[in-house]
Amino acid sequence: MYSHASESLIKQAREIQESELQKFYSRLMKMLQGKELGHDTVDSLQRLHLILSATKYTRTLPLELQKRFVALLSSPAEQHQVLSAAVLRETLPLTGQELNYNHQLNSHAAGLLLSQAVSRGDLSSLCTQLLRNLESRPSEGPTHSLMHTLPVLNSVLTHSPECLSEDQMTLVSKKLVDWLRYASVMQGVGTSSGGFFTGPRSRQPVPIAELDGSVSGDFFTVLCVGQGFTEDQWMNVYSFSMLRHWLLTYHSSCSTTVDAANRLQLSLSLSHSHSFSNDDRSEVDGSVVSMVSATSSSSRLLPPKERLREKAFQYCQRLIEQSDRKAHKKTDTELQKACLVEAVCILDCVCVEDASLVYRTFPCIKALFGRLSSELSYARVLLPIAQFYLNHGEIAAVDCENVWKVVFGRFPTELFNDPFLAHELLRFLRLNLESIELRVPQYTRYFPNLLKFLAWDSPAMVDDFVDLLPSMVTTGTAVELLHTLLDLPCLSATLVLQHRSTCLPISEPVGRSFVSLDAFRNPSFRGLFLFLLRTEAGSGDTMDRLSTLHELLVEAADWPRVTQCARTVPVLLHVFFNTIVTIADEKLLAHLILVLLERSSLLLNIPAYIKEIHRVFSCHLLRLCKLHPSLVVNQSHELLEFAGSTANVYSKEELYTHVVWVLGEYLSVSCDSRCSVSLITSCFEALEAVLFEITSSAPPTGMVCPAPKVINTLMSALAKLASRSHDLIPRVSLFLSKLRTVTRSGSVAWCSDEEDLVAIVTRGEELWSLLKAPGVAQSVLTPPPHVIAPQWHRDTNVALPLQLRALTSLTHSQ
Amino acid sequence: MVRCFLIHTVCPVSALSAGESRVLYSRVFGPDDGVLSERHRELSPEERRLLQKEKVAAVARQVRSAVSLSRESSGRLIVETMPGEENLALQDADCGVVRLRAGDPFSEETSALWLGVQSLGFTLVCEPHENLLLAEGTLRNLTRHCLEHLHMLGQGSEVLLKSNRIDVLLSRLLPHGQLLFLNHRFAQSLEKEVAAYMAK
Repeated sequence: MYSHASESLIKQAREIQESELQKFYSRLMKMLQGKELGHDTVDSLQRLHLILSATKYTRTLPLELQKRFVALLSSPAEQHQVLSAAVLRETLPLTGQELNYNHQLNSHAAGLLLSQAVSRGDLSSLCTQLLRNLESRPSEGPTHSLMHTLPVLNSVLTHSPECLSEDQMTLVSKKLVDWLRYASVMQGVGTSSGGFFTGPRSRQPVPIAELDGSVSGDFFTVLCVGQGFTEDQWMNVYSFSMLRHWLLTYHSSCSTTVDAANRLQLSLSLSHSHSFSNDDRSEVDGSVVSMVSATSSSSRLLPPKERLREKAFQYCQRLIEQSDRKAHKKTDTELQKACLVEAVCILDCVCVEDASLVYRTFPCIKALFGRLSSELSYARVLLPIAQFYLNHGEIAAVDCENVWKVVFGRFPTELFNDPFLAHELLRFLRLNLESIELRVPQYTRYFPNLLKFLAWDSPAMVDDFVDLLPSMVTTGTAVELLHTLLDLPCLSATLVLQHRSTCLPISEPVGRSFVSLDAFRNPSFRGLFLFLLRTEAGSGDTMDRLSTLHELLVEAADWPRVTQCARTVPVLLHVFFNTIVTIADEKLLAHLILVLLERSSLLLNIPAYIKEIHRVFSCHLLRLCKLHPSLVVNQSHELLEFAGSTANVYSKEELYTHVVWVLGEYLSVSCDSRCSVSLITSCFEALEAVLFEITSSAPPTGMVCPAPKVINTLMSALAKLASRSHDLIPRVSLFLSKLRTVTRSGSVAWCSDEEDLVAIVTRGEELWSLLKAPGVAQSVLTPPPHVIAPQWHRDTNVALPLQLRALTSLTHSQ
Repeated sequence: MVRCFLIHTVCPVSALSAGESRVLYSRVFGPDDGVLSERHRELSPEERRLLQKEKVAAVARQVRSAVSLSRESSGRLIVETMPGEENLALQDADCGVVRLRAGDPFSEETSALWLGVQSLGFTLVCEPHENLLLAEGTLRNLTRHCLEHLHMLGQGSEVLLKSNRIDVLLSRLLPHGQLLFLNHRFAQSLEKEVAAYMAK
């Protein structure tokens, strides 16, 4: 598809020499003198466009040439308009270049003006011109001459809603009402009339039809068909296409976050019939008017804005009815779905603006939900319905339980591999998080299900989950969530297996993944996989046979989906820990530390994964202990168990180092009064034993020598502990002197690098010297907090120099 | 509204580094993003154009990355199809959506829907609150027309040399970035106009 020819064309276009370019310009100028543009001219204009657009740096056209293009923009031939607009878009507008506003702007010229607008004034003038054309409406002229008005207007609204004046807004509202509700119900003249039917009979007006072929019985909508279309039917399509945006822009308070208190007050005053509170008079009065208009059909009494709202409401209700019909064409079925989405969104918008409409709307939405909730192919339509329930369910006192069961319970289970649904569902969560946390408290229990989206397509979903994960962290489910996050790669593998299992028949050999697929289908392992695939939290923190699971999935470690998922877990763990420290009490944090230690050896064996997780664990272990130093004494038993195992030095070096460090730093009376001498001693002994072991023999086969950091940390920890319990000092000294002797003889089996060995020995000597003055040792090795925290002007010793410095800089002349 | 429509490479290009993408066609709709916001008031038109080009390139890069990760994880092989098999190519195409955060590169959060047809990607960047179902259908339709009218399954360079055809296609099916609710008869009518233009 993309060939070398294209690549070289672009290269040529970028590297064209200035002289050649100037020649080209003059050739073009000559070609453009004539009225008609031949094929050669068109080709040359295209080449010019390529030359201009291929580079991001702007080229300037000669003034004459540019003026010629501006003139060409108003040519009646569309090809001229398109080519000149394309060229002019790639150059800078001439200062003082003004397109003639006096006649009608064609679509391409309007587009150019739009893209070159530099101020609100420009946009306002464009709008004024377009609306003037709309009003004047010359009877001659091509059918589509005004079709671009609404899209251009909509484009302006997106960036600058203030460009329309009140009058202009009223005008547009009125026009929209006309087109939406009162478009012709007869078919227009067909552009392709069959040769046979030329008799007078065929010229009788034929009514429009529905998508299933039956004759239409109500007003025209986008879901009506005919042989040809009249102009107002076209405008009906354009009007509906921009309706939601118009309502969102100009019908105030039309956003998903509405003041809950106001609405509650309104609903209360509506439910206690006619007992209005004085404060909300205007809101209630407005809704009373709408209720009246609902019962009476003379909505012409309403001002334009309210009238548009009413017509929009009717249009959407009609669309919802029409979507129940079985369309003949697949594209029309897809359009029906899109119309349902749009209709529900508009109804939601309209109900937010005028809460009394909720009572008229809810039956319809409820029926729609009932009709579609079991159809997975309509899943994306159910999201706007869920939004509606979220916004208005409380006011209407409707039970929304079923909606959330479907959205949180069913969709992630069955449709985790639909990228669009995933995107939309997660966006729905993100945009409505506050409301959901308030009204759908069971949301936090569904994290195992929601994480399936991430497990399947991590790169696309991780961004959303970084935003959503904090809301899923609760004290009740924190431990289970941590386990779930650590097992995300396993979930990813399971989803792949599930997907393969449904796609492939049982008997067919599947090539490489025999073991795991067999295991997935094996009844004795069913429980493991079912636990991973659970929809709700609460049935247990994790499974017993995790190691079995990891063995079964060992070949999944190089599946792309699994490795992509594994790369996102560290990020999510950081988010998790950052959130949990803000809400957890010490008891929970202690439990989490235990999980850290336990899971450090229970992870799916993906090459870089285990190392990364250990790094994250280390970072947060440090953080937790810093925030709550007494955790160390609390969990000393488990921490010591971990630190006392020599195997951990080799297999989990990073984490081991940090565990030793926190033990050394926080196992003291000043951190927790329960820290006894015997505790310090037993910790000391455990660490001492490990240190002896690793510095007396070579590492076991297959392992590398421990990094100097580990040994240094061990030595420092021992020194710190000894400085708190002076009886231990002789033992430290003994070790350090032994160390010096051993290393003096040259290389050692446990350290491969000469320089590292020197560093270790030097450190040892420093510690030994420190310990010779036990009283000082403690303050140096574990300085009390007020020493390390800077006090600046509060510290009398520091204050004076600071004051002097400030005075000097003030009094110095320069 | 749709912010922009791009056609760009999603395969490795020899002249570019690994993650880069060559933009073959781009059309940004509506007024310039930065003009009406405070931030870029002081920029000259030249700088604004440059900024816009860079933004488009940034979108292309992000989509390219998403496409290659998606293809890697699905493990599907890219099958080259011949001219005439446009429908097959479209059926085989992978699709997805990338969330573009606010500021990266447009000032508001946007969603970039993409269709990966062999070595090229077709991307539609939509604003928030846009009907993505409709956008998806429109993107597929646009892609099909581009593949057919510009003979993109072959080795030609019409996408570069006949870009005015894409302009006309967009002016009918996505005028000024407006997504349209077109049933098959409306769509037919517009497509006939487009075909008539292409025949010239």
